[in-house]
Formats: sequence, C-alpha cells, structure tokens
Amino acid sequence: MQYDHILIRYGEMSLKGKNIKQFIIKLQENLQQKIKEFPNVKVTRTQGRMFVLLNGHDPEPVMEKCKKVFGIQSLSLAIKVDNDIEQIKEAALFALQNAKDVKTFKVAVKRINKNFPIHTNELNQVLGAHLLTNTDGITVDVHNPDVEVKVEIRLEAAYITSKAVLGLGGLPVGTSGKSLLLLSGGIDSPVAGFLAMKRGVHLEAIHFHSPPYTSERAKQKVIDLSKQLTKYAKSIKIHIVPFTKLQQEIFREMPESYAMTIMRRMMFRIAEQVSRNESILSLTTGENLGQVASQTMESMHAINNVTNYPIIRPLVAMDKQEVIDISKQIGTYETSILPYEDCCTIFVPKAPKTKPRLDKVSYYESTYDFTKSIEEAIAGIETIVAHDRKDADEGFSGLF
Amino acid sequence: MIYLDNSATTKPDEAVLQSFDQVTKQFYANPSSIHQFGGTAEKLLHAAKQQAAEILQVERNEIVFTSGGTEGNNTAIKGIALEHQGRGKHIITSVIEHPSVEESCIALEKLGFTVTYLPVDENGVISLDDLKNAIQDDTILISIMHVNNETGSIQPVEEIGKIAKQHPKLFFHVDDVQGFGKVPLELPNSGIDLCTISGHKIHGLKGTGILYVNKHTKLFPLFHGGDQEQAIRSGTENLAGIVSMVKAMRLIKDREKKEVKALNGMKEYLLDELRAIEGVFINTPIDGAPHIVNISVPGIKPEVIIHILGERDIYISTKSACSSKQKDESKILAACGLDNDRTTSALRISLAYDNTREELETFVQALAAAITQFREVME
Repeated sequence: MQYDHILIRYGEMSLKGKNIKQFIIKLQENLQQKIKEFPNVKVTRTQGRMFVLLNGHDPEPVMEKCKKVFGIQSLSLAIKVDNDIEQIKEAALFALQNAKDVKTFKVAVKRINKNFPIHTNELNQVLGAHLLTNTDGITVDVHNPDVEVKVEIRLEAAYITSKAVLGLGGLPVGTSGKSLLLLSGGIDSPVAGFLAMKRGVHLEAIHFHSPPYTSERAKQKVIDLSKQLTKYAKSIKIHIVPFTKLQQEIFREMPESYAMTIMRRMMFRIAEQVSRNESILSLTTGENLGQVASQTMESMHAINNVTNYPIIRPLVAMDKQEVIDISKQIGTYETSILPYEDCCTIFVPKAPKTKPRLDKVSYYESTYDFTKSIEEAIAGIETIVAHDRKDADEGFSGLF
Repeated sequence: MIYLDNSATTKPDEAVLQSFDQVTKQFYANPSSIHQFGGTAEKLLHAAKQQAAEILQVERNEIVFTSGGTEGNNTAIKGIALEHQGRGKHIITSVIEHPSVEESCIALEKLGFTVTYLPVDENGVISLDDLKNAIQDDTILISIMHVNNETGSIQPVEEIGKIAKQHPKLFFHVDDVQGFGKVPLELPNSGIDLCTISGHKIHGLKGTGILYVNKHTKLFPLFHGGDQEQAIRSGTENLAGIVSMVKAMRLIKDREKKEVKALNGMKEYLLDELRAIEGVFINTPIDGAPHIVNISVPGIKPEVIIHILGERDIYISTKSACSSKQKDESKILAACGLDNDRTTSALRISLAYDNTREELETFVQALAAAITQFREVME
C-alpha cells in the first residue's frame, strides 16, 4: 500500500465563471512543467478535480514541487482503491498511520456513488472502529481532529486522503498576462515579483547594470534571485541594461539633488521601451511608500510621470519586516543581503530631494539631450533566461 | 603494502588530490576579496556548499566547513554549551565517545557544567531508557557518536533523535566521523541538530571536515573573525580542501551505494577466519559497522603483533587509550564489560572499500603465524 496520487484543490480560480477552463488548463500545464523531471509522473483531470499520478514515484519530492505552483488551495496525498470495503479499510488505515504528528482523527465519508452497499453513517462507524483497533494512542475527535481521513466513494473508485497541505493560493502563472519587474538585487524587488506572480502574472525582469561601478557579482546576484523566483514559474527572462554611460551623464549634467529622481525616470523610460518590444503591458516594482527618498508621494509622482503603463506595486502598503518575512519564506533573503554595490547605491547624492517638483524635473531634463544614450542602453541590452533547474557549472565541472 | 588501519585515516583518493591541486592552482583567490578573481572563488565555494548540502539532503546554509572531526566536535559541544548556558548547564554523552567529545565535556565540567556519561552494554550500545532518565529540565545537549571508532558498534541515533525531538529545548549532536559513507544516516527530520564529518576518514585530506548545523541551532563560535561560514567559523576558507572534501563525499556515497554489501561480506569473511585462530577473541558486536573488526589476543602484547605485521608491510592498529590508568587498556572495551586480559590485548582491523579478500587472506595467515611465532619464543 502506498500513496498513488496527489489530489489538487483549486484556489480562487474555482470562483471563475465561463472562463474557468482556461485557468484549469493553465494550472495543469504549470504543474506538468514543474514535475517534468520525475519520469512517469502525470497530471490528469476529472470533473472538478486535478490529480498528480505518482506511478510508483516517492510522493515527497513531487509534493514539494507542486506546493510551489500558484493557483492551488491545498494538496493531499491520496490513494485510489476499488469500491470494496476491505480495500477502503486498508487504505484508510495506511493514510492515518502515515500522517505525521497525529493524536486525534475523524473519518469523513462522502458517498457520491449511491450504489455502494454501505451507507455513509454506517461506513463512518466501520472505518472509525477499524482505525481505532489497529492503532495505538490515537483517539477520535470529531470537533478538532489533527487529521481528517476523507473517504470519497465515487462511481469509478474510492479515494482516500489524509492531511491537506496548504498551497500558495493565488492564480496560475500566465493567466494574468505579462509584467516587467524592475529587479535591483535588494530585498524588495524579488518579493514584489513573487507577489505579482501569485496573481497569475508571467514575469520578465529588467536590471540596470553599471560596470565597472557594479561588479559581475551584482549581476550574478540578480540572476540568482531570478532563478530563485523560477521555483514558482517556468522561467524568467532577464534584460540586463548597460546603464553606466547614461548614469554618468545624469550625474554630470543634472543638479545633484535631482539626479536620483531623473535616474529613476530614465529607468522607467527604458523599461517601457523594453515592454513595448516584448509585448508586455505593465511594470512591477518593489516600491513602497515612505521607505526611501525615491518612494515618497512626491517622488513617485515625479518619477511615474514618464510612463502611462500601469505599475504594479505589491509592497506599497507593507512594513519592511513583512517584506523581509516573505523574502525569507521564498528563499531570496540570503541572496538579497549580499553586500554588492548596485546602480542605486553607487552614485548616491548627499541630499536627494525627497520632494522633487515635477516642473523642475522636466525643466532640468530639457537642458540636456539624453536620447542617444537611452537608445544605446536599449541597444546594448543582454537577455538571459533563468530556469528552474540546476545550472551547468562554469569551469568547476569535475572538481566535485 | 596491505593497509588495514582505515579508521585511523584513509589513503586520499587520486581524484580528490586532483581537485585539490586544480583549485589550489586555478582558484587561489580569497573568496572574500571583492575583485572578480575573488568572485570566482566565492562562486566555487557556493557551488561546493550546494553540492555538500545536496549529498547530506540539507540546506546550503546548514553546512559549516571545518578542519576535521576534532574541530567539528569541539565547535558543536562548546558552541552549544556557551550559547545556551543561560538555559541550563547539563550535558548527556556516553562513556565510549572519541576523546574530542569526551575531553570537551571534561573541559566544560571545569567551567561549571554537569555531564552525565551514559554506560554501554556488552555490545557497546547505550540504553534508550538510561538516556530518557538522564534528561533533565536543564539539559541542553545530547552528544552521542554514530559508529564507535574502536569496536564499530552502532548507536541508535535515529531513536535518540526521536527522543530529542520531544524535548525542543535541547540539542542533539552526532559524531558521524566513523559512520559517514559506511553506515547510512538520514539527517532530514531526524531530530539531529549537529553532525560531525571528517574528510580524511573518507579518502579526503587531513584538515578538512564538515559540521552540519541545523538552521534553527545557534552556536557560540570558537573562532571569531571575518564572519566566514555563517559566522560560526571565521577564517579564510580552505577552498581547495573544501572542494576536495566534497569530492570525497560524493565518491564515498557512490561506493556506499554500490559496495557496502561487499564490504560487509569482507568483514564477515575476516571474522570467520579470525574465529578459527586459536587464542583470538572477537570483540566487535554482531551487528556493528561493516568496516571495523576488533579482536583480542590475550597473553600477547598488541604492540608486538603490530610490529611483526609491520615487518611484513601489513598495517593494523592497537588502541591504547592513553587517558586510562593502565597503559594499554582500552577504555571502550572496559566499558563494554570485558575483562582485563581482553581489554589490554586488543587489535583493530579497519577496512576500506578498496581492500580485497586476498589482502585479508594474507593478513590472517600473517597474524596466525605471528601468534604461533610469539608463543614458540615464550615457551
């Protein structure tokens, strides 16, 4: 006896009306993609249910992968047996014995197949008695059990599940279109990307790289962060913009206190252009009200003015600690805090304007023509794709 | 040469030496340097850590590279004691631990800690009931080895882990220096918070090792400095040693999977042959580790046998525990309840996957001849 499939319960998408089919198909695709590495493991659907068929594979690693797919309310390891009372008893006992940290249980029978000879109440009692007599130190608690052993008698077979593991919720990645994430390498932007993905966004990333002021390590950091985010998606395209020349020009030609504001406007302009080229309809940032100088209401107003693309700011109302907690949970924190300079930390004005005025910003920008440098930056973009798989190492092969 | 002293140290694997050599020559930068060359070294360090983590099925930041078993054991025991002494000052260990555990505990006793040394039965195994009874409110650490270096007896560390889990306030350290690569031990969800591994016992190099530190476990570091190794073990990383250690881990894990049965077969053969020699007593427990055989030849000083065999280019060891009152007495065998004749005449034969049955045959004949020769001289 062993678990032979994982039962997937839909999250919010189950509320969708006529469009639900697209969401289901997307979820199935995303799951299938995540479990590709396990031979013979397949995703199938029946009415209102999705199953991952294990075909003899160890359930744990498959479960770990599935838990990171958005759009799932909860997952349960399950056993499929014939509509035969002895088999159902055996499976229910297995499910109870294999649930971790269990002191109390209850049995919940659903008899969808009305031809099954034993009625629901009686079946509850028969199974409860069987479980009690064959286990030690476990008792029944119908109000607040550690585990609910669920038995579903359907037409084709009976399904037995025990503990339900919570999924991440959200919507399947790819059901909400594409967004371009401004990824700096700090703590916030990866979390913003994660939360956008949670709402079904297919993510691409843009990073502004200023060699030699910023190092290869800073660039690698961004690639590593993207790779970490691909645990929740298939892959992420990263557009790396050579930003040095433009940045130097800004800081040389513009008043110091406004340089930061103008630099951010340049980033948005370039990000919008990249979005246009890639058919992306929105930008996503890790901006958060009041955290740093560029994130005051006045700054956001002045910076946002260069684009009319919608900007998704998932962190806008979060406290720093909440953001840190999520980054730890998704595994980006450790990489984010590596102390490498990035384009936002190298040219730091002594006193950046926290309340820049839009009219002034526009005036300063009009005194110098940045067009050529912006075009050069866009032309020099290097695009890398991060995948959720182990990288072939670089020159280290054979060392381990 | 026939080398049968693999519990003392092992011959470095050719591939391990190659890794060491390559890293030393190509990636000698300090991983903490901010230049690109340092960056490459840092990447290699990360990759090595990732590999080690995958082999042990733990997370990357749970790996601390050390200089070996002694440092790993000291770091674990003193690190827990110093960090958590506010919560309690009681430690539980056994009477048959390696000196690096035992002496660390004795040192802590001088600092005001109390230590319970659990006894062992005739097979050299502690009793779980004794352990349960020894746990107090102020117990902060249990340190029990996985495989004993002298007799090969295996402690029930999985069971101890389950007990430790029921006491969330205490930490459980396992010295797996002799077990790694020969006796499987699963770290995930095991209740084990700290685990020591040494490089030179698995055909790696001296001066390399790993301490697994569960991410929820805080330690007071023995080395303060540049905050390398999650600030648990400062000091510029021995990158070549680290990479070579990870290589050794991978190789021995492969061999364990494929050859542990054969190793056990060799041990069984050796035991059968040794039992047949008159005057030889087997001290190794029946279900011990697959690579350690401990015997006694009462009436003959073990050193004499070592030297006679050495002349024939065959190397085994004796265990003379210097800390015991009686020179030559094995404390560990004494703890198992053996009498003085046996505890003072013990020899240890320890195998590696590379040993062959032919070598063992030659050794057994040589040993039998040595015993005969000695008896003739004495009579």
